[in-house]
Amino acid sequence: MTDALAANPSARATRDAIRSRQRSAVEVCREALDRIAALDPQLHAFNTVVAERALARAEAIDRDPERFHDAPLAGVPIALKDNISTQGVRTTASSRILETYVPPYDATVVNRLDAAGAVIVGKTNCDEFAMGSSNENSAFGPAKNPWALDRTPGGSSGGSAAAVAARMVPLALGSDTGGSIRQPAALCGVVGLKPTYGRVSRYGLLAFGSSLDQIGPFARTVEDAALVLQLIAGADPNDATTAPEPVADFTTALSGDLRHARIGVPRTMLDQGVDAEVLRALMAALDTLQARGATLVDVELPHARHAIPVYYLVAMAEASSNLARYDGVKYGFRADTKGQGLRAMYARTREQGFGAEVKRRIMLGTYVLSAGYYDAYYLKAQQVRTLILRDYEQAFSGSDAVDVIAMPTSPTPAFRIGERVEDPLQMYLADVFTVSANLAGLPAVSVPCGFTADRLPVGLQLTGRRFDEATLLRVAHAYERDTEWSKQPPPILSR
Amino acid sequence: MFVREPPEAPMLASDMPALFTREDVAKIAALANLELDSAEMDLFARQLGEFLSYAEAVQQVDTAGIVPTASVLARQDADRPDEVRPCLDRDAALANAPDASLDAGFFRVPRVIG
Repeated sequence: MTDALAANPSARATRDAIRSRQRSAVEVCREALDRIAALDPQLHAFNTVVAERALARAEAIDRDPERFHDAPLAGVPIALKDNISTQGVRTTASSRILETYVPPYDATVVNRLDAAGAVIVGKTNCDEFAMGSSNENSAFGPAKNPWALDRTPGGSSGGSAAAVAARMVPLALGSDTGGSIRQPAALCGVVGLKPTYGRVSRYGLLAFGSSLDQIGPFARTVEDAALVLQLIAGADPNDATTAPEPVADFTTALSGDLRHARIGVPRTMLDQGVDAEVLRALMAALDTLQARGATLVDVELPHARHAIPVYYLVAMAEASSNLARYDGVKYGFRADTKGQGLRAMYARTREQGFGAEVKRRIMLGTYVLSAGYYDAYYLKAQQVRTLILRDYEQAFSGSDAVDVIAMPTSPTPAFRIGERVEDPLQMYLADVFTVSANLAGLPAVSVPCGFTADRLPVGLQLTGRRFDEATLLRVAHAYERDTEWSKQPPPILSR
Repeated sequence: MFVREPPEAPMLASDMPALFTREDVAKIAALANLELDSAEMDLFARQLGEFLSYAEAVQQVDTAGIVPTASVLARQDADRPDEVRPCLDRDAALANAPDASLDAGFFRVPRVIG
């Protein structure tokens, strides 16, 4: 694969080639399946590949070009994180407790991708129930980073990030509760977007933290991410938390113009714990933005230093409640308790069906919601959440208002598999820059902004105003246009 | 925003035990319908304490009069007409159950009453 880029066009270019009959959807689909077959034994990006189903879908699109002519993703292969329900296709959330679960309905995002002509090729590996920052909490073994196979792709949507980075598919969906799209996107050198809370329907997403979860795209270009957001965004009668806000035309917002853009930089947040090479890449990215006409403005987010404990208190409480449904009755695994009764069956099913991190979070969540501790932990965390949210509101309003806020996506590049598994707290610190956007419900994107000396990707995170993905994507796109980071293929493609 | 009145006299975490005994862990596990083995009891006794000590700094933030955020959404009217709509059919709903009585249309569970 000498010219990996030329051989791997964007989603939009792929769609255009199929639309103009230069390529067939079947040809494109076979290529994706071949790439997956060749690379997945090393990367373990997929839990399930649906080759026959994907080819049948591609054939249907080739057979009826008139019907799919205007479909925005006609024939474009896409992978879905394995916590997004697909009717008739196993959906495990990388958990033993759902190892054999086959959803009887599609998530709303799946319906919308189908209507747009996308070809779903499989379900990607992730941390169990999306709980983790390294993909090591998958019950089926971790996904690997295409840039360095001994390192994690990040998490929890590590498989989706690895699949897009390794050019197995031009697009994937993930879910982001505290950084689970953006952090793996940064660690794998691709674009990852978490939309505004309420922008994309969560119907059919296996719930983790219901006030924080959002589904969003992985892509190799900002334009492709915008294209997917366009399709999956908007109100859904099946999810009462989706917002009635109109969905802008995100792709036409990508003007490349930064002349009036004001970019906030929370410099005091960068003082501690940020890898020197990550910091250098961030500073260079800020220079690029400035050179292109953007104005850099210092902003203060004084409560951001509490974001990790506040996030984990809220997320664990919500998780403990959401995961109560997995009890061996309605779906999935049931432990054999040999006539010991219902309570024993519940408890042993959950003991055998859940992994260590999920149990840890259920335990902490149960504790902070329990009588006597609720006010001190859960309610307190919700109050500090209000303060974190207000910091952002302040930065985005008034005469000094900024349009987006820039910071690193992850404080470090991809870490080694096994390096942090024994120390959950150390693992949680990976989320220091990402959790605030979830607590405040804001849209945020990670775009590639450089490499370390070891050729590990670094991500620039931009956070925007609520429901203003258009401005967020415009800035991200203008930056991407001036840099070459996104165009570099990982070494696994030249082996 | 969905708001609740802030508590009048917030409890401080420093009033509580920072360390968890195996008995504490067993109590929480029972609330969570979770059986734990002996090694997990010891591990979680340590790790729950470690996390809550780490989260201790949150307790020091002045939140007097601050309304809690349960959801970032503006409260909106999510009502719809109360009409019967198509839904999952019974066989599909039972298809993933480890023990279902398809004829009767029930999920079967182990004995509840002794």
